[in-house]
Amino acid sequence: MGLIAQVGQWFDQRLQLAAPIREVTEHPVPRNTASWFYVFGSAALTVFILQLVTGILLALIYVPSASEAWSSLQALNHDVALGWFIRAMHGWGSNFMVAIVLIHMVQVFLFGAYKFPRELTWIIGVFLLLMTLGMAFTGQVLRFDQDAYWGLGIGASIASRVPIAGPMIVKLMLGGPIIAGATLSRFFALHVFVIPGMLIGFVCLHLLMVLKLGINEWPMPGRLVKKTTYVTEYHELTKRNGAPFVPYAVWKDLFFAAFILLAVAACALYFGPFGPTGRPDPTVIQTAPKPDYFFLWLYGLLSYLPPSMETPALLIGPVVAIAGLVLLPFLSGEGEKSWRRRPIAVLTVLLIAVTLGTLTHLAGFTPWSPHMNAWSGDPVPDKFLHGSTALQRQGALVFQAKQCRNCHSIGEGGGQRGPALDSVAVRLTQDQLIRQVIQGGGNMPAYGKNLSPAETTALVAFLESLHPRTQAPARDAARDMVLREGQAKRPDTQP
Amino acid sequence: MLKENTISRRGLFMKMGILFNGLVATALAVPIAGFLLSSITRGRANGYLSWVPLGPVKDFPEGETRLATFRNPFVTPTDGKTVDTACWVRRVEGEQFQVFAINCAHLGCPVRWFPQSGLFMCPCHGGAYYRDGSRASGPPERGLFEYPYKVQDGMITIQAGELPTPGSPTASLLGKQPPCAARNDLAPRNDLISIDGSKLYASSETNALPGEKKPWA
Repeated sequence: MGLIAQVGQWFDQRLQLAAPIREVTEHPVPRNTASWFYVFGSAALTVFILQLVTGILLALIYVPSASEAWSSLQALNHDVALGWFIRAMHGWGSNFMVAIVLIHMVQVFLFGAYKFPRELTWIIGVFLLLMTLGMAFTGQVLRFDQDAYWGLGIGASIASRVPIAGPMIVKLMLGGPIIAGATLSRFFALHVFVIPGMLIGFVCLHLLMVLKLGINEWPMPGRLVKKTTYVTEYHELTKRNGAPFVPYAVWKDLFFAAFILLAVAACALYFGPFGPTGRPDPTVIQTAPKPDYFFLWLYGLLSYLPPSMETPALLIGPVVAIAGLVLLPFLSGEGEKSWRRRPIAVLTVLLIAVTLGTLTHLAGFTPWSPHMNAWSGDPVPDKFLHGSTALQRQGALVFQAKQCRNCHSIGEGGGQRGPALDSVAVRLTQDQLIRQVIQGGGNMPAYGKNLSPAETTALVAFLESLHPRTQAPARDAARDMVLREGQAKRPDTQP
Repeated sequence: MLKENTISRRGLFMKMGILFNGLVATALAVPIAGFLLSSITRGRANGYLSWVPLGPVKDFPEGETRLATFRNPFVTPTDGKTVDTACWVRRVEGEQFQVFAINCAHLGCPVRWFPQSGLFMCPCHGGAYYRDGSRASGPPERGLFEYPYKVQDGMITIQAGELPTPGSPTASLLGKQPPCAARNDLAPRNDLISIDGSKLYASSETNALPGEKKPWA
């Protein structure tokens, strides 16, 4: 017997782990599960391990104190050798992890893997998703910069809307009355101890159940799940037509895991670390905070919900969504697994994907936010001033000086909060323009108290000139008639 | 044949051991819960709110709105810059002020003042407020939060110490009624005359939330 084998035997006599490991690695899986569709779970685990490793490395330098955290991140980025790379790996790893967990979930949902007897595996998976999102949010807080500071304010504002308990939840979340040192410390505890601890525990449970219950077989249209017969049918699949997990299926997992790690490293190398943006100094208010990528959709949603619906949607929405995910295996625990025969399931996934994708895309350029510097930074393009009268030019000045530009675009520049005004004269008559400017309405503030009559007249004269050459400006036919009549009668009327 | 007779001596000891651990755990849970909830209980004793100075009144010209900063009254050693807070001070006239929180009443982003258009604008979701803090447009459901203030010995002081959020009790006490509510003049304004000579109305009825009755609707 060779030396290595002898040492191995010495350890195994004491650890007694060889037999259970062999059982795990060689357990038979249905042949058609050795597919590229089945690699996302192991990829998520791989990225999670990467996050643990890079997280521990970052903790060697990072200081979880509101007064030092930002500087310690700067040191990681600029002073510590390869600190920037480890930060970038951790940041990109988090993006990849959320993405892979979501893809894994979609695959499991479309392949009907949440059905009997894997209901609990799915429910624990839902908790794992929530914890992954919790890690993403707390991680964003640990990057203690302006976005993190104001992001916490947004979190507190949402939490404060809970009836009765709201203010207490805010103080519990912030660790005090304001966002300060205690806030960062408790988010550090959550990000580094509490949530990872729970994640490790739940991941082990999740894996254990996959091993005990077996990997979901490739769904065949027409092969229905019945609680009475499923277990025997599955055993036949694995016993008669199965293959050992190692090496039959595992090689695809290995290749994909390595590919994902390479992809994370490539993104880290090419794009570098995330932030930190400006110092978390609440007296610096020249900032437009934005959440990290995976919460952009929420940022978009919060600006599109009507004010009256916002609080109910924020408080009830997550409860309904989580309850729906948890109850899913109980609502459809049996029956068809194949996505080819579950059109509603496919449409649901598409609807959610399109909704989240659209909101994320919109949050990329935030059409709902005023462009704070447009009034001083984006001039009115020349073409709108060609051949204009002195009054119209004065109006263009009013248009810039009164920050109309922050919400309304002309030409290329300006905000998109309100409608573009390139051809506003075609849509609104003079009277309507005056009323809109002075009284506001339709989500526009009233400018009556901030414009003198002369300024209003000039502004409206400029707005009336904004129409394509081929289209005449809108006019009120009735008003024209009244004015004409008035002119005809003028000699008789009293002053 | 009584059931109690079936419990063995060891079984009884085990149950007593579990009970003993339960009692100890309950006793230990009291200080643990007390520690965890300390950030709430301390606030209940009103230890968070205090009067803090913003500066001499002469620093704030009448009719203007200026940024002021103050240090939060409740400070811990690791707070760094986070305890320095900004607020907008509007001196209406004389000793009449309005001190607005920097946080948008929607989700707490920092609002910026634009004196030219007399509006506060929020960079996050586009909330806008008039110079008196009342809601002008966008997603906020209410006007800006206001700090209570007093003028003493030529200094303006505000009562601060808590992050203003839509649900916090201090916020609901202050600024829930937009200060403009009393001054709403529905009467026609003499300085606003449209081109065809009719008088125009400029009132904060224009601030009405969707669904509320608008006079011209």
